[in-house]
Amino acid sequence: MAEFTLPKNSKVGTGKKHPAPAGAKNVKTFRVYRWSPDDDKNPAIDTFEIDMDDCGPMVLDALIKIKNEVDSTVTFRRSCREGICGSCAMNIDGTNTLACLKPIEDVKGDVKVYPLPHMPVIKDLVPDVSQIYAQLASIEPWLKTVTPPPPDGERLQSPDERAKLDGLWECILCFCCSTSCPSYWWNGDRYLGPAILLQAYRWLADSRDEAKGERLDALEDPFRLYRCHTIMNCTKTCPKGLNPAKAIAEVKKMMVERQG
Amino acid sequence: MAADNRPLSPHLQIYRPQWTSFLSILHRGTGIVLSIGIIYIAWWLTAAATGGDYYETFEWFAGSIIGNLFFMGFTFSLFYHLANGIRHLAWDTGRNLELEDAYKSGLLVVASSGVLTAIAWILALVA
Repeated sequence: MAEFTLPKNSKVGTGKKHPAPAGAKNVKTFRVYRWSPDDDKNPAIDTFEIDMDDCGPMVLDALIKIKNEVDSTVTFRRSCREGICGSCAMNIDGTNTLACLKPIEDVKGDVKVYPLPHMPVIKDLVPDVSQIYAQLASIEPWLKTVTPPPPDGERLQSPDERAKLDGLWECILCFCCSTSCPSYWWNGDRYLGPAILLQAYRWLADSRDEAKGERLDALEDPFRLYRCHTIMNCTKTCPKGLNPAKAIAEVKKMMVERQG
Repeated sequence: MAADNRPLSPHLQIYRPQWTSFLSILHRGTGIVLSIGIIYIAWWLTAAATGGDYYETFEWFAGSIIGNLFFMGFTFSLFYHLANGIRHLAWDTGRNLELEDAYKSGLLVVASSGVLTAIAWILALVA
């Protein structure tokens, strides 16, 4: 059963305020979700006033600046800073995106930064993604074959067959989509969610894969696949511009088509 | 550091409503209104079949502002659920799934259910 409110230990309070340095003319306010496992306090929103004349353009730049100059305990994942690793996925200004690709100037008013929604928080902006990784493993995201490969080379695809994988292989598994999906919020323990279903379709759509029936059998379930109600938050929020809602619809179509 | 005291990150409280997600929850909401409306229509039919005082009680409620507003909501729900149901059928065939198309078809669904509600009420009041 869906729980629309936060549990008692998750209610968010007000935290510390860090004012802008004296003389700053171009100030932007960042409101950042904080929670530490090292004390018994509830999560809280800390306020950081940042001098934008002395800060890079992206939200990730501001977070790194805060960590370097204001409060070194602010915790978040980041690596490539160019939208290819998926580490800095978080909720910024009410939607999920990658902090490294989100220009600060696109946010009107204060910049509100939360971890990916409806996830267990390890610390501050770092969610525990172990369940979603387990779900990824459950769809067996690798090429499965029964016929032996050609002795003299690789399994070949025509350009048309290869083109079917466009819009699927680009997924970086940042999980912005799955954690934007209300269906995944309420049924994430049994519904696979948009990211994992897009991955499932990536293998179903691969002309070289020979386990289509088996893969569809595993998805034929009231929850795993069919909790998708085409809410489309996934497609709207994907920082790579992919379309998980369409991938899921294609899987549903395959289910019908195989019944002949 | 026990893992079981980890808080749940905010979700509904902080996620910005999207046009498509609003229409989706409206589809469910109108579905619920339709279920309640069926009880209302059953009341109408039993009242009409029973007649007399019983029907007068129904007429009193149906003629009140609340009764009229409810039935107007029911009519809108009927047309919205119908039109958005057709939108869902298109989705099931793999069409209308680009974001831009889904936004436009959503607008079309809301506009057409508004127009159909207005037509139905104008026809009912004229007749």
